[in-house]
Amino acid sequence: MDNLSSENDTLIRYRDDEPVDHAAVTVDSFLDQSSASAVRVEPGDDARELLPHLERLSLVEVNFPAFGDGRGYSSAQILREAGYQGELRAVGDVLVDQVAYMRRCGFDAFDPDAPLNEADLETALSRWPEVYQGAADKRTPIWSKRHA
Amino acid sequence: MYLYDQYDQAMVDARVAEFRDQAQRRLEGKLTEDQFKPLRLMNGLYLQLHAYMLRVAIPYGTLNSRQMHALADIAEKYDRGYGHFTTRQNIQYNWIKLEDAGDILADLAEVEMHAIQTSGNCIRNISSDHFAGAAADELVDPRPYAELLRQWSSFHPEFSYLPRKFKIAVIASDTDRAAMRLHDIGIQIVKNDAGELGAAFYVGGGMGRTPMIAPCIKEFVPLDRLVTYAEACLRVYNRHGRRDNKYKARIKILVHEMGAEEYTRQVDAEFDHMLSQGIEPPFAELERIRTFFEDPLFEEGASAEIDRSDPDFALWVDRNTHAHKADGYVSAVISLKPVGGIPGDATSEQMRLMADLAKDYSFDELRVMHTQNIVLPHVRVADLHALWTALEEAGLGSSNLDTIEDIIACPGLDYCSLANARSIPVAQKISERFAANGKTEALGKLKLKISGCINACGHHHAGHIGILGVDKKGVENYQLLLGGSEAEDVSLAKITGPGFDEAGIVDAVETAADVYLREREDGERFLDTYRRIGMAPFKEALYG
Ligand code: SF4
Repeated sequence: MDNLSSENDTLIRYRDDEPVDHAAVTVDSFLDQSSASAVRVEPGDDARELLPHLERLSLVEVNFPAFGDGRGYSSAQILREAGYQGELRAVGDVLVDQVAYMRRCGFDAFDPDAPLNEADLETALSRWPEVYQGAADKRTPIWSKRHA
Repeated sequence: MYLYDQYDQAMVDARVAEFRDQAQRRLEGKLTEDQFKPLRLMNGLYLQLHAYMLRVAIPYGTLNSRQMHALADIAEKYDRGYGHFTTRQNIQYNWIKLEDAGDILADLAEVEMHAIQTSGNCIRNISSDHFAGAAADELVDPRPYAELLRQWSSFHPEFSYLPRKFKIAVIASDTDRAAMRLHDIGIQIVKNDAGELGAAFYVGGGMGRTPMIAPCIKEFVPLDRLVTYAEACLRVYNRHGRRDNKYKARIKILVHEMGAEEYTRQVDAEFDHMLSQGIEPPFAELERIRTFFEDPLFEEGASAEIDRSDPDFALWVDRNTHAHKADGYVSAVISLKPVGGIPGDATSEQMRLMADLAKDYSFDELRVMHTQNIVLPHVRVADLHALWTALEEAGLGSSNLDTIEDIIACPGLDYCSLANARSIPVAQKISERFAANGKTEALGKLKLKISGCINACGHHHAGHIGILGVDKKGVENYQLLLGGSEAEDVSLAKITGPGFDEAGIVDAVETAADVYLREREDGERFLDTYRRIGMAPFKEALYG
């Protein structure tokens, strides 16, 4: 079943390519079957298990069953640090107040349980004029600008 | 001290705007309290028993007179004319309105202050030695490293939704004045055999309901790897720390359950991987930060002579000053523990006076101690009498540093919604009792710490004498603990036996103190005697 049809109005993407047209499978089934190109990472999953298979992945969904469970941020960082270029989508309890940090950790798509208000989203994403740390988004940290 | 550049200021200003926006959405009902809670918590705003409480960060406890004046103004403008200095070297205001919170943050931003990450499951304000940059016994000033880590941990995208709160302390002396090993990460700046500076990492300490002393997981991390190593420590915790039970979510439980060796192995593996990620600021950044912590211009050959003819002054000098690295200078401690007072409270008036005295006598610098007192770090010995006289006149001249009257107490049931029992009245009664019976002097160095519940904000596990408020069938009850220390001789206190009611606990403390006075040998502190003779004689006197 295609759960990402065009009428999915909660999906927000910061990518130009076409979304994957089939559902994401669990990490376990992904590792078992070689055909899937979309996988869903739950908070307890080890994102590093995917690293040997990055080239056949086009979509990684990272699930946030509760926004306060921050394991998904590390999963995202780990995938990007390993060079994953495909879509990295935060799904679940994703709120506007988390999206800026999620972008920093390498997420480039969001499919939240509850739709995000576009104006709030815009404000949140343009909030931080600078960043203190290096992260997956490759923004230039303050320390680097200071010693440019 | 550290001054913001345009980048630091832009970040704090952005935070004020963000919080105003979030508070607005909450007031408009666009955010539920559940959704708003973690956001306000990351800005230090708690909902207490009677009102909101705002906790303002004082990074590594250092502030200047302008900042202290701003804190005084906030207390007057938005609260009831006083503030409470905390065991994390911060200040909190207990009577805040949500509608005012944005304005307060804006007032703070004007003096390079904020409430960022003073609560919530993120990396909290980083604490340090309150005598940093002044103590005769320190290797180097630890604060540049704390500042480097402050910036790294501020708005950290990966570590803002940790399993639980995360506290870091940085020291650079073998004498531990910051309870370093009772932190999630304790860092001691050390020198290796080659004479290079580096950082020893102690990970997995903490108080709370399961107190643990942090093991050393790395004896020497080179300074140009400090941030990377900290990042590795945090990532392993963020990924593997328990999230199924909030009481088991601190890193101490992870390190304990996984074993320090396995935790270290995983951190090292993560560290090796991260070295290629380019997340370490260049060494020039550390050097830039260090320039803010250079010594002030101490007067050469300042006199160390003290006129001790006034015994009250002499006592204050003996009790409330600490050896300084520059000749003719000391660090002077302003006690916020007047007999019968609320530990750590200061009025706006008092804050202003302390600020002005810092300007006149201490190169414009003040420190907040985790024991809830204030330090003027660099005072000329020749100025001590004038300083003391001014403090005396304002009721700030108590000569009781490190004595039984110098009590740490959490806010307890008077403010805190988690409390089982009141802490403040117990502290007040104990200080009154010992001031009246005259035993304070005889008891010498004795650290007494009170928590109103098992969360241990009052560090009762680390008191030579600790008191823990518990709820016994709806009645406030107090357990007595003995033998804790947060210093370099760190140990966890043990419960003596059945608890006491409020009057009983004051008597019990005196009974324990009497056992010490009877049993002590030459030069022993209470803690030393306890360690030598053990619990039995105390139990006998208390329950026998
Ligand atoms: S120890 Fe308990 S009562 Fe005291 S401040 Fe902390 S949570 Fe509140």
